[in-house]
Amino acid sequence: MYKKNNSLLVYCIFYFLFLYIPVFLLPIFSFNDSFHMVFPLKGFTFDWYIEMWNKARLHKALWNSIKVGVITAIISTFIALFAAKAFTRYRVKYSGLSYGALLLPFIIPEIIIAVAFIVIWTSMGLKLGLIPITISHILYCTPFCLLILISRMDGFDKSLEEASMDLGENIFGTFWRVTFPLLLPGIIASLLLSFVISFDEFILAFFLSSSDQTLPIYMWSQLRFPKKLPHVLALGAIIIVATSFIVMLSYWFRNLGQSNNNRGSHI
Amino acid sequence: MISALQKIYVKNDQLKAYTLLSPALILIIIAMAAPMLVMIITSFNTQISMVEIDRTFTFDRYEDFFSKPIFSMLLFRSLKISFLVTVLTLLTTYPLAYYIAFYVKKNKMLWIILMTLPFWTSYLLRVFSWKVILGNKGVINSALVGSGLIDEPLGFLLYNQGAVVLTLAHAWAAFAILPLYVSLDKIDKSLLEASYDLGNSKFETFIRVTLPLSLPGIIGAILIIFIPTVGDYVTPQMVGGTDGRMLSNMIQSLFGRANNFPLGAASAVLMLSSVCIIAGIVTYITKKLTLRMS
Repeated sequence: MYKKNNSLLVYCIFYFLFLYIPVFLLPIFSFNDSFHMVFPLKGFTFDWYIEMWNKARLHKALWNSIKVGVITAIISTFIALFAAKAFTRYRVKYSGLSYGALLLPFIIPEIIIAVAFIVIWTSMGLKLGLIPITISHILYCTPFCLLILISRMDGFDKSLEEASMDLGENIFGTFWRVTFPLLLPGIIASLLLSFVISFDEFILAFFLSSSDQTLPIYMWSQLRFPKKLPHVLALGAIIIVATSFIVMLSYWFRNLGQSNNNRGSHI
Repeated sequence: MISALQKIYVKNDQLKAYTLLSPALILIIIAMAAPMLVMIITSFNTQISMVEIDRTFTFDRYEDFFSKPIFSMLLFRSLKISFLVTVLTLLTTYPLAYYIAFYVKKNKMLWIILMTLPFWTSYLLRVFSWKVILGNKGVINSALVGSGLIDEPLGFLLYNQGAVVLTLAHAWAAFAILPLYVSLDKIDKSLLEASYDLGNSKFETFIRVTLPLSLPGIIGAILIIFIPTVGDYVTPQMVGGTDGRMLSNMIQSLFGRANNFPLGAASAVLMLSSVCIIAGIVTYITKKLTLRMS
């Protein structure tokens, strides 16, 4: 509504730099021909990227992270899909209470969940590893999926479902032929974002891992050694580019087929 | 019989709604409520050997916590740091959200995406990046020494509470920008025009109209920043040094080398309860203050 505000714009640009400089720094140094992260840069090299190919532990950790991430994404999206339908299509008793409870894992400090998990898991005499990590990630990701899917369901016309029912489709037919296609972009966005969250998650994995490392744990263990640092930077650069791409893709999916005024409300 | 049941089911919306909600509620009960209950129970137990825990009920762990000054000190420091992070993040992101809501006309979505994108990239690497920026041989110091502005690197940049606050304010920015933007963008612009027409200046309009109306966003941001950051582990471990150590680092060592699960559980319980109480109070005061101003 206002016309111009140059001082605010300048502030925004500076804040933008503050946000992005730390993100761009690591990819820059990943091409630097030196073990030390100091300016001026020494020379251009691809060595650190090549070095990644011969790290067996890195490949193992990457594979573990992908496994955990994919399972987490699928299960938490499914759970959130049902819950989102309940919240948007029915007038539920105590809906505020249930909604609050479902969003709690997103607010509670992760370390509390990690401690609670480690305590219950070991007191049941179970071994720590990828299974408790996956369960805790499902818990942590579900609120995100729920928020994404609720905003998607709020965004489409309920009468489309009613029309389908009136035209003689049963509940399943309606779901499969009307609801699901309309929701699909939201579902894909939910899958992608929960995968990214799980893939990057450190604290829960750090407390609950045993010998099986996930990728963030692997990076954490390597950051201490200056000689091993550069290949972690190369890995980090790839992760930054890949996650940014996935997130952009999921934003695109989320806005697909949404009416203009509903765009970008809850993110 | 089955068709009769089906009829009841189809007619009863509550039943349908709770069937749909059940997987989520089961997840919350099994993966959150039950573990936290066991954590609370364990905080009243005693570790007797590497793996064995004596399950007799005792308040001793809480006594341990309060009798050793280091614990209360770390708890207090954690609360102080996350309070400072919340204030710093709110103050630095409010103008940004304000700008996007009121001045940006085209491509608002692009602005929001750009401002929140760094949040999705590896948290670990972003924190590590701050270590590189602030360190003795880091980006800032090597640039300053290299250009001849200073002879010795500035040692006060890294390994203190300030570095922790700065890094966390960077890491959690997206969680403030989003709720602030959403609440500011919802404001009915005619209310602002009415305020001008009634003779209020730009500043008065901001204090009396915009700020109170953005309150839900402010409170949302307080809750999603203050509560989680109190338990942050990576940032104090990486850039905090001894001065910036927080309670979560202590908790981690209690589950690692120190191997005292009950004391670790007690620390976690105290951390969670104190942060929730303070968040409640802060929210209440913020509400009162803003309403009084308007």
